[in-house]
Amino acid sequence: MNDNETTAPGESGALVSATPGGVVAQSQADAVDRFENPGLPPHVHRLADDDESAAKRAERQVATMFGLSMLGALVFLVAYFVVPDESTFYFPGIGIASTQNVVLGVSLGISILMIGLGAVHWAKTLMPDTEVVEERHLQASSPEDRAKAVASVSKGGEAAQLPRRPLIKYTLGGALGLFALPLGLQVAGSLGPTDVEELKTTIWDPSYNDGKPIRLMRDPEMTPIKLEDVTNGSVFHVMPETLQKFIDEGKHVLEAKAKAAVILIRLDPELIKVQKARDWGVDGTVAYSKICTHVGCAVGLYEQQTHHLLCPCHQSTFDLTEDCTVIFGPAKRPLPQLKIQVDDAGYLVAPQGFDQPVGPSFWERLR
Amino acid sequence: MNALAARRRHPAAIAVLLLLGLLVTGGAYSFFAPKDANAAPTVSADAVQDGKNLFLANCASCHGVNAEGTKSGPTLVGVGAASVDFQVSTGRMPLAGPNVQAPVNKVKFDETEIAALAAYVASLGAGPGIPEEKWTTVIQPGTPENNKAIATGGEIFRVNCAMCHNFAGAGGALTRGKYAPALDEATPRQIYEAMVTGPQSMPVFNDRNISPEGKQQVISYLAAQRDQTNVGGFSLGNLGPVSEGLFAWVFGLGILIAGAVWLGKKAA
Repeated sequence: MNDNETTAPGESGALVSATPGGVVAQSQADAVDRFENPGLPPHVHRLADDDESAAKRAERQVATMFGLSMLGALVFLVAYFVVPDESTFYFPGIGIASTQNVVLGVSLGISILMIGLGAVHWAKTLMPDTEVVEERHLQASSPEDRAKAVASVSKGGEAAQLPRRPLIKYTLGGALGLFALPLGLQVAGSLGPTDVEELKTTIWDPSYNDGKPIRLMRDPEMTPIKLEDVTNGSVFHVMPETLQKFIDEGKHVLEAKAKAAVILIRLDPELIKVQKARDWGVDGTVAYSKICTHVGCAVGLYEQQTHHLLCPCHQSTFDLTEDCTVIFGPAKRPLPQLKIQVDDAGYLVAPQGFDQPVGPSFWERLR
Repeated sequence: MNALAARRRHPAAIAVLLLLGLLVTGGAYSFFAPKDANAAPTVSADAVQDGKNLFLANCASCHGVNAEGTKSGPTLVGVGAASVDFQVSTGRMPLAGPNVQAPVNKVKFDETEIAALAAYVASLGAGPGIPEEKWTTVIQPGTPENNKAIATGGEIFRVNCAMCHNFAGAGGALTRGKYAPALDEATPRQIYEAMVTGPQSMPVFNDRNISPEGKQQVISYLAAQRDQTNVGGFSLGNLGPVSEGLFAWVFGLGILIAGAVWLGKKAA
């Protein structure tokens, strides 16, 4: 690698004066506080540039890295067939890991990493490292080239008889213009349901149960809940009885569930400060929509001691003793309460559904 | 020594020093940190009487001499044996010091002492008892019906528990420093007792809410979760985007920056 000898440390100075910065600095020599272009630092030789044994060593190091890469690839090829799919082993820090995943991943990783490391080491030790300055050239093509390009396009247009046949010109424009509309319509159309009435009711509405009150059911067991099942401090995750029909039919279950999720909590009735909240519950047992009024996550975290309901997504906090008003976080409205009663058989029922749309706000929401 | 002096300006020197410093500080702390005092009370034949003695010696200062509760601790009348067994066998009680939440700690009593304490507190008023062993036996995966039971447990867990305890039982944060603990160390009995008693911030899930069979399925789901093969490699605590994002920012970007510095450095 003694070819690099042509650029001895002192010679690199000759390159500096050729830089554009240097030329500009000269032409404005009068300007006193002009920043002088310091140019490139002197070129320093690497060990491998001067010492043949160091160069040999670098060559061996690069070759070793490429060799390890080959080894990694070979291990991958063999392991692909040899390691059984279901084999596992204990990997410190991970736990029980899939042998195949680990071996294939590590071998492939080493294979590509060693190509990269070898290439960089090669470049840093043996490839030429002389500083080179290249003048920046204009990006625009020459005026002649541009004129030629325009002429070629208009000549093509004339050859296709566009100026003589305006009918084709205008229908082509119309076709291309209209083609953009279906693409845009898909985006606009997917912004939300066109029938917003759907958002205003849930399957807690008695109309889904022939006008009869709807029983509260445990989620996911779908069994009815008696008032005495709900002991103080209890939390029940609740779905309406009407969901069973959707489950049986196997259609739109998630859509029905998404709006109907309710959390049923019992606390000391004395703690509930709002009369309406007490009236809509039974003996301190109250039911609220579980769908956050911010962006619709399931508000499921109930702190039994503070009587706060938290939303896991953005930490909106609702105070159960204050009719679920927002006391922290980005939600803007309280969680809607579901009026509950006890039916003749002792089970909890909802007689009237929600009095307002549940979940996040939408444009046509009335309040 | 010469080799060391030559390398002290190496770019990695700061990182190595930092790591060394952290290790030494952490090691020294664990060595010098105060150890828990361990007073072993005596055991007598009458469990309730013995439990009362233990109670008076270890719990009465906060819970009152008749377990009626004081400003520093709630009444224990009617909390039941399950509550005592859970709180004491996880080391949460006796409380080491006032805090937002009683943390898991070294267990201060042996099994007979805990049983005596539980018997005494249970004698004060009716409350949830220690669960039958039938329901705290883990269902082993293998047969189709067992697998189905474990999957049902997973479903119950995701509806009732996962919002606080995380889908994999890794725990999560609540408000003002409170948290839902990770469930990987809890025994089946402790998990069952926590559900029926609702300790601290946790709500109650009594046997009429989630049936004993359902609780057994939840416990079996959590046990199956622990022995799962991590096909994806490091689970990073199963905490989801927080730990994964932190890992990517710290290590991913760190490696990229270190690589860029190495590539951009002049060879000579």
